[in-house]
Amino acid sequence: MSEAILEISDLCTSFGNAVIHDHISLEIMRGEVFAIAGSSGCGKSTLLREIMLLQKPISGSIRVFGKEVLGLGDMEALDFRKGCGMMFERGALFSSLNVLENVGLPLQEHTLLSQDLIEEIAAIKIALAGLPASAKFKYPGELSGGMRKRAALARALALDPELLFLDEPTAGLDPLSASGFDELVLHLKRSLELTMVIVTHDLDLLWHVADRVAFLGDGHVLGVGTMMELSESSHPLIREYFYGPRGRAAREQAWKQKSTTR
Amino acid sequence: MDVCPSSRTDWNDMQARIEIVGSEIHMAGEWTISGLADLEGKLAELPLSGATSVMAQDIEAMDTAGAWLFHRTLQGHGLGIAGLKPGHAALVEMIASLDLAEKTEPQSRGVLEKMGVAGWQLLSQLEDMLAFIGEVAIALVHAAANPGRIRWKPIWHNLQHAGFDALPIAGLLSFLMGIVIAYQGAEQLARYGANIFVVNLVGLSMLRELGPLLTAIIIAGRSGSAFTAQISTMKVTEEIDAMSTIGISPMEQLILPKIIALLIALPLLTVYADIMGVLGGMIMASFDLGVSYTDFIDRFGSSIRLSAFLVGVGKAPVFAAIIAVVGCFQGFRVEGSADSVGRQTTKSVVQSIFLVIVADAIFSVIFSLVQL
Repeated sequence: MSEAILEISDLCTSFGNAVIHDHISLEIMRGEVFAIAGSSGCGKSTLLREIMLLQKPISGSIRVFGKEVLGLGDMEALDFRKGCGMMFERGALFSSLNVLENVGLPLQEHTLLSQDLIEEIAAIKIALAGLPASAKFKYPGELSGGMRKRAALARALALDPELLFLDEPTAGLDPLSASGFDELVLHLKRSLELTMVIVTHDLDLLWHVADRVAFLGDGHVLGVGTMMELSESSHPLIREYFYGPRGRAAREQAWKQKSTTR
Repeated sequence: MDVCPSSRTDWNDMQARIEIVGSEIHMAGEWTISGLADLEGKLAELPLSGATSVMAQDIEAMDTAGAWLFHRTLQGHGLGIAGLKPGHAALVEMIASLDLAEKTEPQSRGVLEKMGVAGWQLLSQLEDMLAFIGEVAIALVHAAANPGRIRWKPIWHNLQHAGFDALPIAGLLSFLMGIVIAYQGAEQLARYGANIFVVNLVGLSMLRELGPLLTAIIIAGRSGSAFTAQISTMKVTEEIDAMSTIGISPMEQLILPKIIALLIALPLLTVYADIMGVLGGMIMASFDLGVSYTDFIDRFGSSIRLSAFLVGVGKAPVFAAIIAVVGCFQGFRVEGSADSVGRQTTKSVVQSIFLVIVADAIFSVIFSLVQL
């Protein structure tokens, strides 16, 4: 279980004069939930977009499933994309399709399965994502924020990807839905053996779900490790992040949960 | 899932297989989404009733889609399943435990019901439109009573975008239209030696009809659509609600400035279009019919009455009101999604052009009755 599924090395990105990534290197192992944290605007989402080939870095290399993905042609990129699922921050569900059609769309495009089977598989993904069956025929405009995120997750799972990218999965959710989402991510990880890369600044998600966390800031990776290791880091930005009022509360809660489960 | 990373990209090489050996069903291969397409058909024809057990030890990989197909095929047959790898068994179990209680799809409507719904929607839209016109009228009266409350900045902004920026396109199209009319008339008029009447032809048709109509259609396509797109996008992103909560009336900030600006801009654009159209006709007349510029202008002054010009420009404010009101109204009817913004914009353009032409026809009837 310890082979790298995603390797980023020496990645540089800048917009105009603003340097976003300055020689960033990361390694993500098969089967782990890897979180990318950092304050707003530090290039977390940009990193995700670069891995999914939605945006080009200036230099560097990104290897997924052992193959270089930067500079892939459209056809090769398609093969790579089929192996990955991406959930966008605001869902990005197609507003002209209902939930079932949204989830079924990747299957329709990339498999030769019959319409019935596609709908059944889509229904499974919808149930896996924790949506009630009654949501299937609703349009994105009729869903609440939390349901939209779950529908987006169901679509990301449509092709049974090995690698799943989640961009801010809990942003904008109420605490109950957010902790429900934490459980969902853990459940998916256990049952489907997914590798997940989560961009987030939700401290609870970081403490409860992530196996390892990379902390970005100033264009560099300021620290990589478990939350415990990171919280003992001496870097001022990381300390500020974890020992601000919110960081402390989440940390204490994580401690308490650990001690009660023992 | 025991899929090695490099094999994942070879989508066509992985196939799930199924064979019947006596009363045993052998399943093998990779039961993943990429390999299921063929299998689905085969499974449907499988004589399951004759089988007693399933040998699944050769299934190499399985994902949720495969697990579902596995579960669906064997569900309710009570066959003994042997050799399924523990990881795959857990997956099948998890899939089987999901609550997929089928909710029936909302019934699609019959033809008669659809017609009824469409008719009802049309009527209710008409009612909403009337209500909207009423609101606009009240707001206009209020604005006239308290000129201090009129927001001049958005009016200037709209004048710039809906008026000034439209000068090149409106001018060019009218100029070309003048050329076309003169050219079409030239042959017929030359046949009777009535070359000079090209002035009447170009002058009357441009000033009375084509100047105002052409300009209104251009502005409906250009500015009416922009109004709808802007308002509907603002509504989708809740900017209009935000405006209301801050205490700015969307009517005063968004709608009135657009209507007032268009009421000013469209007559001015029409005058400009008239000039450019006649200019086009004049150039074509001298080129094709030998009517010199001085002859053309002389004749123009004596044969075209002022009323022709006033009739044309008088229609422009009505067209302006139609375009601005329809544009804003359709913008407010947006329903929460990006898709709807596009639909409303189309509707706005089609409806305003339609209403402009209807209004033009009504004007013609009225003018012929009062003999203008």
